[in-house]
Amino acid sequence: MATLSNMASAEMTEAGTMVLNMGPQHPSTHGVLRLLLEIDGERVVRMVPDIGYLHTGIEKTCEAKFYQQVVPITDRIDYLCPMTNNLCYVLAIEKLLQLEVPERAQWIRVMLNELTRIASHLVWLGTHALDMGAMSVFLYCFREREDILRIFENVSGQRMMTSYFRIGGLALEPPLDFFDKVRKFAAIFPERIDEYENLLTSNRIWVERTKGVATLSAEDCISLGVTGPPLRASGVDWDLRRDMPYSGYEKFKFKVPTSTAGDVYARYMLRVAELRESIGMVKQALEGLPSGPIKTEDAPKVVLPDREKMKTQMEALIYHFKIVTEGFAVPAGEVYQAVESPRGEMGYYAVSDGTAKPYRVHMRSPSYANLQALEKMCVGRLLADVVAAIGSIDIVLGEIDR
Amino acid sequence: MSNTAGRIEPAISDIDQLKDHPAMARLLSWKAEAVTGAKFDRNELTITVDRAFIRDACSILKAEFNFLSDVTAVDWLPAEPRFQVTYHLLSHSLKERVRLRVMLNGDNANVESIISVWPAANFFEREVHDLFGIRFIGHPNMARILMPDDWEGHPLRKDYPVEGYR
Repeated sequence: MATLSNMASAEMTEAGTMVLNMGPQHPSTHGVLRLLLEIDGERVVRMVPDIGYLHTGIEKTCEAKFYQQVVPITDRIDYLCPMTNNLCYVLAIEKLLQLEVPERAQWIRVMLNELTRIASHLVWLGTHALDMGAMSVFLYCFREREDILRIFENVSGQRMMTSYFRIGGLALEPPLDFFDKVRKFAAIFPERIDEYENLLTSNRIWVERTKGVATLSAEDCISLGVTGPPLRASGVDWDLRRDMPYSGYEKFKFKVPTSTAGDVYARYMLRVAELRESIGMVKQALEGLPSGPIKTEDAPKVVLPDREKMKTQMEALIYHFKIVTEGFAVPAGEVYQAVESPRGEMGYYAVSDGTAKPYRVHMRSPSYANLQALEKMCVGRLLADVVAAIGSIDIVLGEIDR
Repeated sequence: MSNTAGRIEPAISDIDQLKDHPAMARLLSWKAEAVTGAKFDRNELTITVDRAFIRDACSILKAEFNFLSDVTAVDWLPAEPRFQVTYHLLSHSLKERVRLRVMLNGDNANVESIISVWPAANFFEREVHDLFGIRFIGHPNMARILMPDDWEGHPLRKDYPVEGYR
């Protein structure tokens, strides 16, 4: 894992610099990221990220499961945006099967994905501000995140590991009061964003800590594989939801915020703007939600039948039994499906050999690539800016290590 | 008996039919012998590139397909060539993706690194090295990245068990 690990912590090197170990149990590394820093006084000379502390072999585990059994594993990759990972996986498998998903399911998927984006950005905002010494923002952000988690619990039975999407649609029709809850949240949330902004946007300490810090140019971003808000904050106008739409995103109206400053402050402003766009899309999804089935009905060998049909129809019972006990075979082939996760391009590469278990599932996680840009952001800057830089790329170690 | 919804269009694997795709056109006009196969399946284009030309092919394609999304691998044990290294490229201007793949024999699993074309390949290639044991020639730091330094074996190989001891 490490390359500087043989150097003892806080040891002077020949050049008069010091090697400092930061993490893996450091509160501002957001999980178990370990950084080996070579510092000259307060300035960072070199940085080596050391990852793998959360490696659980998810890609290997997927190869031993039926296609439908992989869905709950995808939640655990990124615990801040379970729905995004569910969506990306089911879209990849639906592409392998060339399965059409009913409109209603697509719209509910989009609505839940945008709520997930809001929840994820709220955790980012709260913890990022906390790292920089603004304690109270955290409490406000988690208040609204709690509302979203309650909505998730209402719809899927789980607050965090939702596993609500299925190959071919959704697990269940949402409960009756679900839409009211979302509507209520969508009504109050815009003014809550103003509250966060009141605390930070023109706060002099916040501006001093973030403006001009950890800058990245557009060229750096593209050559280092950076995606998501850091890419857009550096002036590249690219959002998969608009540019390569999936799951019906082409039917939604939204702006893709961009900035050219490329610093921590720009990434902050950009994510706050994304919060406003996301809540707008949730409202659009509520207003325009089509009626109809929530799962594909012409693929009985792939999609589980309704409970009622299963208990009254022989055919449905047989299909149910077969899917549960022996899965369903997926025609051989390989696909790559990417979605715009709150952190950037989340991609699933699925290879089928024609059996009921995936031959290979690979996750292209945005944080993994974004982490490569950390050294570029931090070298030559103060040690305190490292904390700001880590927060600004919004890494999730579960997703990096998989 | 097919177990699925059906309706899957048959894959096109004839190079002549695919030569108009921007990535194919670029590669064929540069060096036709570098392309050893192509497949258009489920709306995605896969180009098989000869292992000797992968780095150059990437730098030729970079003019249009400017972004490296991902590098990964598949182990096709017991088939030979055993390993498939997969590169996913993305074009911001065309809004299109292309997949390059290189086939490697099990007893000679190494390929030239593309880190000089895209520095982003650094972590991806290290991960493939760590989990599959494929070496990338010219990579500045071919060390494990996810598994501990002293780990034996490469977990994503098909002869590595999912559970239990080796």
